[in-house]
Amino acid sequence: MSAMTETRMKALYFAWVRERVGKAEEELNLPSTVTTVGDLIAWLSKRGGGYAYAFEKPSAVRAALDRVHARSDARIAGAREVAFFPPMTGG
Amino acid sequence: MITVRVQKGDFDAGAEAEALAHGRTDVGAVVSFVGLCRDEGGRLAVLELEHYAGMAEEEIARAAREAEARWPLLGVTVIHRYGRIAPGERIVLAAVAAEHRGAAFAAAEMLMDYLKTRAPFWKRAISRDGGVEGWIEAKGEDDRSAARWGAAD
Repeated sequence: MSAMTETRMKALYFAWVRERVGKAEEELNLPSTVTTVGDLIAWLSKRGGGYAYAFEKPSAVRAALDRVHARSDARIAGAREVAFFPPMTGG
Repeated sequence: MITVRVQKGDFDAGAEAEALAHGRTDVGAVVSFVGLCRDEGGRLAVLELEHYAGMAEEEIARAAREAEARWPLLGVTVIHRYGRIAPGERIVLAAVAAEHRGAAFAAAEMLMDYLKTRAPFWKRAISRDGGVEGWIEAKGEDDRSAARWGAAD
């Protein structure tokens, strides 16, 4: 059942999150059990390797859904693009 | 009017500030802030600024609209560079025109506080001896500065 309700989403990674994950972007097929940004972080972490390293401290990573800042409890339903990055240091 | 540019190349800070009041007689104040790359006591060779194309422009525009909603502004120009930037070079411009200086000063400060904590840019320092010093960490004081304006995460 879950395979039929998979959601496709583009994921982008920036700065040290990108370096740890080892890629700048990818397409994700998310099971229906992943409903929030926090769920997605936990799901990615379970892939191990660079993902586990990038998200070892979830509070250190920020997220955006369709280019708008999103908290970990934000629902991902309907979003086409998710991005993960460290706290920003522009300006 | 809001002008936002995210670009690799340098900008003319004086001309940008000038343009905000050019040809009009209602502007009484233009405040222009320029952020520069400093050499950190001679240790820094260059900064590399990574950004999230698309979101960077949109997030800066959101901050500019918030400033416009809060103060009676007559123009806002924000330019932020990305890529490699050497000490002494300009990184960012926040210029604001208003009838009176109070609004212009406050809006320029709010814009910079928002940019530092909400605009998707990340600085990586490369040291003079060729070694990479790594990603610059966000400062708590920037979060506290942004919180003054009621900026939510």
